[in-house]
Amino acid sequence: MRVAICEYGAGNVRSVSLAFERLGAEVVPDVLGADLAVLPGVGSARAAMAGLRARGHDVALRERIADERPVLGICLGLQLALEESAEDGGVPGLGLVAGRAVRLDAGRVPRIGWAQVGDSDTYYFAHSYAAHTPAATAWSEGVVAEVRSGSFIGCQFHPEKSGAAGARYLEEVLCLCLV
Amino acid sequence: MPLPRLIPCLDVAGGRVVKGVRFRGMRDIGDPVALGEAYSDAGADELVFLDVEATIAGRGTLVELVKHVAERLAIPFTVGGGVRSYADAEELLAAGADKVGVNSAALARPELLTELAEHLGSQAVVVAIDVEGGHVRSRAGTMETGRDAVGWAREAQERGAGEILLTSIDADGTRAGYDLELTAAVAGAVDVPVIASGGAGNAQHVADALGVAQAALLASILHEDPARLQSLRCELRELGVAVR
Repeated sequence: MRVAICEYGAGNVRSVSLAFERLGAEVVPDVLGADLAVLPGVGSARAAMAGLRARGHDVALRERIADERPVLGICLGLQLALEESAEDGGVPGLGLVAGRAVRLDAGRVPRIGWAQVGDSDTYYFAHSYAAHTPAATAWSEGVVAEVRSGSFIGCQFHPEKSGAAGARYLEEVLCLCLV
Repeated sequence: MPLPRLIPCLDVAGGRVVKGVRFRGMRDIGDPVALGEAYSDAGADELVFLDVEATIAGRGTLVELVKHVAERLAIPFTVGGGVRSYADAEELLAAGADKVGVNSAALARPELLTELAEHLGSQAVVVAIDVEGGHVRSRAGTMETGRDAVGWAREAQERGAGEILLTSIDADGTRAGYDLELTAAVAGAVDVPVIASGGAGNAQHVADALGVAQAALLASILHEDPARLQSLRCELRELGVAVR
């Protein structure tokens, strides 16, 4: 299984690469050609979008979605896949999925730590914005935790940092890519 | 709210994990790579790595060592010590860190926090604040700054820090309990999560800290026996603390 991780200048690309390599995947640079393209998630929306465009990843990811080939967005990567983010005064997203990212308004922000998703496992979150989208498939404490739309899967939590539960999640995503 | 977090801390000097009392009399504890992995396996919620010599030695963080520690971790990894610029932070993220900790450089130039947050997002920017007698000290506790803890915590949050790692130098390494008064004062003054640090000696201390802060840093209490983390989690559950 070949996995491409979109680098955009500020992501925790190495953390994500290590997680996939532990599962036996091969990390490759070719975003268009890989079996799975991953849009990782550390950064701020504006800087990340500029970085994606500068590297041509925006075009490649849209093309993958149009061809119904798998894309996984993690945390900010999920938010960037939406039509718009309210971060940094409003930033247009990739528009791979309907919806927008809005600032969290309850509890301490950033929301940082482990929280249960639905009635399944506990995963690690670190975010100040969250998706508002009709494509939500799982929630955590009222926050959209997972999104699925066509060949796009997005998770607000960080599976690459969620220990054994996170590894199982990534393994499931890899299995979906084989179907 | 997410669950309260238990965060082992590796203070690193000369490539080894060390631990002192009130930032002095550093003792050799062990290999950071082996300890990091042991804590990850024992169920740590996150791991913090602080290069405690970097600022004093006037150099950057030990990037190669950070890489080796990161390779063994499947939990969030914060690295601090010697981070002076966005380029330093980027280098650490590229090495496998998920968040960067800044302390002395932010005190010398508070705009650094904003620069980091603009690029990395606030959730990846941890401001470490070392406090003695209510006053903030920089350069591994060796220099007075003239700032008070609550005021600096508030300013750091406004400038973009997404988390506050609050260490009581007075309590550090004593195992006599966290400085709850200081922790409560800072946690009450900011909206971002606060990590209490310094003084953990038993489960009740940790439970008390988690009553006012969102996470507790652990060092001396764990270093001799990393498996203590597992029993600590059980004891905390018995005390009614909903740890992972």
